[in-house]
Amino acid sequence: MEKVLLSVAVRTLVAGTPLLLGTLGEILAERSGVLNLGVEGMMAIGAVSGYLAALGSGSPWLGLAVALVAGMAISVIHAFVSVTLKANQVVSGLALTMLGLGAASLFGKPFIGRPLPVKLEAVRIPLLADIPYLGPVLFSRDAVFYISVLLGLVFAFLLARTRWGIEVRSVGENPAAADAAGVSVSGRRYLCTLAGGALAGVAGGYLSLVYSNSWMEGMTGGRGWIVIALTIFALWRPGRAFLGAYLFGVIFVLQYLLQPLGIPPNLLGMMPYLATLAVLVAGGLRADHRQLAAPAALGEPFSK
Amino acid sequence: MRLRLESLPAPSSGRKLAVLALSLLAGFAAMSIVFAANRVNPLFAFKEILLRSFGSLYGLKETVTKAIPLILIGSGLTLAFRARFWNIGAESQLLLGAMAATWVGLTWGGRLSAAAILPAMFAAGFLAGAAWGLIPALLKTRFAVNEVISTLMLNYVAAELLTLLITGPWRGASQRGFPYTEPLAAAAKLPLLPGTRIHYLTLGIALAAAALLYLAIYTTKFGYELRVIGENPEAARYAGIDFLRTSVVLMVVSGGLAGLAGVGEVAGIHHRLTYPGVISAGYGFTAIIVAWLAKLNPLGAVVSGLLFAGILVGGDAIQISLGLPAATVQVFNGVLLFFLIMGDFFVTRRVKIVGAA
Amino acid sequence: MRIQTLEMSGISKAFGAVQANRGISLRLSGGEVLGLLGENGAGKTTLMKILYGLLPTDEGEIRINGEPVRFHSPRDAIARGIGMVHQHFMLVQNHTVAENVALGFPAAPFFFPAREVARRMQEFSRRYGLAVNPRARIWQLSAGEQQRVEIIKALLAGADLLILDEPTSVLTPREAEELFAVLRRMSTEGHSLIFISHKLEEILSICDRVVVLRRGEVAGAAAARAVDKRELARLMVGRDIIFNLERKKLEPGPVVLEVENLTVAGDRKAAAVRGVSFRVHRSEILGIAGVSGNGQRELVEAITGLRRPASGAVRLAGADVTGASARVIASKGIAHVPEERIRFGIVPNLFVYENSVLKQHRSRLFSRVLFLNYGSIRAHAATLVKDFSIAAPSLNTPVRALSGGNIQKLILGREISGEPSLLVAAHPTYGLDVGATEYIRRQLLELRERGTAVLLVSEDLEEIFELADRVAVLFDGRLMGILNTAEASMEEIGLMMAGIFPAEGDAS
Repeated sequence: MEKVLLSVAVRTLVAGTPLLLGTLGEILAERSGVLNLGVEGMMAIGAVSGYLAALGSGSPWLGLAVALVAGMAISVIHAFVSVTLKANQVVSGLALTMLGLGAASLFGKPFIGRPLPVKLEAVRIPLLADIPYLGPVLFSRDAVFYISVLLGLVFAFLLARTRWGIEVRSVGENPAAADAAGVSVSGRRYLCTLAGGALAGVAGGYLSLVYSNSWMEGMTGGRGWIVIALTIFALWRPGRAFLGAYLFGVIFVLQYLLQPLGIPPNLLGMMPYLATLAVLVAGGLRADHRQLAAPAALGEPFSK
Repeated sequence: MRLRLESLPAPSSGRKLAVLALSLLAGFAAMSIVFAANRVNPLFAFKEILLRSFGSLYGLKETVTKAIPLILIGSGLTLAFRARFWNIGAESQLLLGAMAATWVGLTWGGRLSAAAILPAMFAAGFLAGAAWGLIPALLKTRFAVNEVISTLMLNYVAAELLTLLITGPWRGASQRGFPYTEPLAAAAKLPLLPGTRIHYLTLGIALAAAALLYLAIYTTKFGYELRVIGENPEAARYAGIDFLRTSVVLMVVSGGLAGLAGVGEVAGIHHRLTYPGVISAGYGFTAIIVAWLAKLNPLGAVVSGLLFAGILVGGDAIQISLGLPAATVQVFNGVLLFFLIMGDFFVTRRVKIVGAA
Repeated sequence: MRIQTLEMSGISKAFGAVQANRGISLRLSGGEVLGLLGENGAGKTTLMKILYGLLPTDEGEIRINGEPVRFHSPRDAIARGIGMVHQHFMLVQNHTVAENVALGFPAAPFFFPAREVARRMQEFSRRYGLAVNPRARIWQLSAGEQQRVEIIKALLAGADLLILDEPTSVLTPREAEELFAVLRRMSTEGHSLIFISHKLEEILSICDRVVVLRRGEVAGAAAARAVDKRELARLMVGRDIIFNLERKKLEPGPVVLEVENLTVAGDRKAAAVRGVSFRVHRSEILGIAGVSGNGQRELVEAITGLRRPASGAVRLAGADVTGASARVIASKGIAHVPEERIRFGIVPNLFVYENSVLKQHRSRLFSRVLFLNYGSIRAHAATLVKDFSIAAPSLNTPVRALSGGNIQKLILGREISGEPSLLVAAHPTYGLDVGATEYIRRQLLELRERGTAVLLVSEDLEEIFELADRVAVLFDGRLMGILNTAEASMEEIGLMMAGIFPAEGDAS
């Protein structure tokens, strides 16, 4: 029994890591005032390019690096359209998703189902990994997991307690004030959007390299949209992103766990999406709380 | 040498049209890169697409056939988008319509005449699509749930639901284990224009809907309130306009029209239900660009719907003849949409190169 | 390096067809307080935005201590010792005072900047008397305190010359006095100040010299001691700006609006309006005075159906309309000219004729079952344009192309064309030029003569005394008192605006 629990715990962490990465990136972008609805497309591009790079080079790390760059490159388009051209950010994000999903399909077509012969090895942290029960689960994971947790803590600190964080948050709340204080609104927004894109790319790369170790059509399965919902759920705070990411990690894992119970697989397949709706409804019940948390200038282009 | 932006508060129609045309051209140009990367001569590819879609009689017929759902959904979306209600769930609203029509058709198709069953299927499809579209509208007004996410989530839910049905309770006994329902009875099949696959009843509904929506936007109180909400929501509040009622009405219309498209696909093309991807074929997403390209004008959606149908038909054709994957069309959709938005920038702004000051 | 001299010469700036500044030149010495006087639209803010690096200048140059300088952004100006306190505060509402101050403070440390800033703020409080709680969130502060934050921001960033744009527009008379005390201390410490205002009294009381701008040009300059109000007014406008508005003595009629013990919740604070009661009669203008932010907005929203009161009652001609929707209230004859006309009162992208029926589109005059009657709408719009002298290129022009004054005339005309029993006008002449202001005020008086009841919310005490029969003062959501304008004095009103009950009784 405990073996099952431990296995579930491990798989939850693995399932939650791409969600955490994506959410952290989206939190950064939205905190600076840019609504990035293209996460799904960026994840897909990250997944396919990471997979291809790893396949070709034999190195999963190169794969992740390529995924990061690919996600970032695509997000430049969104940043340009949203910040410089001041166009409708919703439509731009949607276009990006279509583009990303289509391009990923295009590039990945010849490789569908081909398993990746390389793997990201688990990294044991000495001493900590020996703690009974918690040890093997938390401290014997792949490196990206540790990095994602670290990033979460670092972002939380950066946003709350540094001058850079104040500047970024001000750009998202009152860009006119930031501009008058001499802070470059476009500069911060570009930076945060690109960072968001990079993280979405890595999240996608993690999906194909670690979570499922291959490439499939529709591999991202709506996780990009879930990330956007999780950003709201986390009230735009990196610290709370952990909660949402691993919660949904559990839900994804549960899909497979509950199958042997005879529940139709399609019903289980609905779970993550219904859960997302439930999470948003619950957030809406406390509408005042959430409204105060959203960056005031989110989605609005800034002109002097 | 510097670039300076000049603002044009009241651009002429000529300018708007010119920018639109240039944006499209730029999109096509960008697509050339994708073609070239796949070792296909772009000019040859475009020529092929044009010929296969509008250059032959067969192509024209196919184009009109594919235009039917695009016009239906696209015109409904112009309504929703005007009020800034981002309905990305037309895919699933179509599926719900398809499912409802199939249920009606399979249950009573053998026992009723076409004159009775077809209207019933259309009604059921409209209601199902409208109901499915109502959910995100209520979620937004009651719980402030972002409609982009809720409509998308419902897409996934509906797809799973459909797959559940066709692999389970609705699987046709005669289908030898394949995920299809029984084929619809003859009475439940939409009549086609002879020699084509055009289910003209649905086509008629689509054109009528586009015209009616156009009238609604510009001559009714509802259309006026819709435009006010879309252009200045705070003034709408001040004027006492009811957001809840407006959202509900427009999602009923938009969802219902998508549902009708679903009826058309099932009763006119496939004659049975099968995988979601086959039934909706990305129409719900493509219609977004149809609406955007039409500048949210329902009558314009007729033209842009035909255009995109042509791209789909031509795209299918060259997919086979040139060996390009199906996703190419999706890439094209995204690229085109991007250039359209970028083009929008230049409608109200002019770039001038000024000498060193 | 302190700023000994500042020189702006030949500054010109155009926005499209509008020439905001034309060949403006002015000079300032260290420690001097220069007043920049002009009415709305004269070009004062544009000129200062150029000085602060927010806008590039088309022509002309700026010299500090004899050296020409070129500012590409506020950063450059700040680095050179120029600071600006904006009329509309550039503060992030959700952040703390310390975080806001840290935002513009280049020397703030990267890690834990708020702590260092809080420390520095204590020093400032000692030197200039500027005390604010660094850990408070901006939305919790009063306007005066928020302004102090802006001043601290500028000083911490190293401002030697401070530009203040209409600083007293959001202050009570007492807070304004406190501000002047701070400014005088800064001036003795050697800081130069540029004081932008359209209020003659203040300019004369605090400034050493005055420069008057009119239509983008310098109309005149003088030492404050050498001129008087009339001369300045003439320079500002080109003529004497004493309005020839006559408020006839009328007998107020029956009660039209009755507000009883109204309590309304604000967005964040518990109650923005606390137990307010008053009545407005026919043929009467009741003014609501008070600094913005003391509950006026919420009170207006409660009366016009845009916000639900928590308790209390609103009655129109005896009928209870408490908590009714905006739609219902409009149909019962309450008209509303909103504050922030462009944000709430019109749809900028729609045409003039479409905006002429924004709230009335449901009435039987303009619609039939489902459809709008565009014929009658256009006729109505044409009538409005003629009757209210609205300068519009055509009925088919997008309404955003109209000037502020014409937009306001359209809104006012639209609202009163239905012969309402009550008109609620919130800051109706805010931001308008002299001509439009006079016109709107005249219209309100005429309405009063025709028997309409008018509830006028305004920060401009001059306007209230000119138009209103009685004035009620709101402070912190409470009604401090209602006085007859014929008998009340500015001093009394000023005290009430600052939260002090008058010694004698009131007239409600």
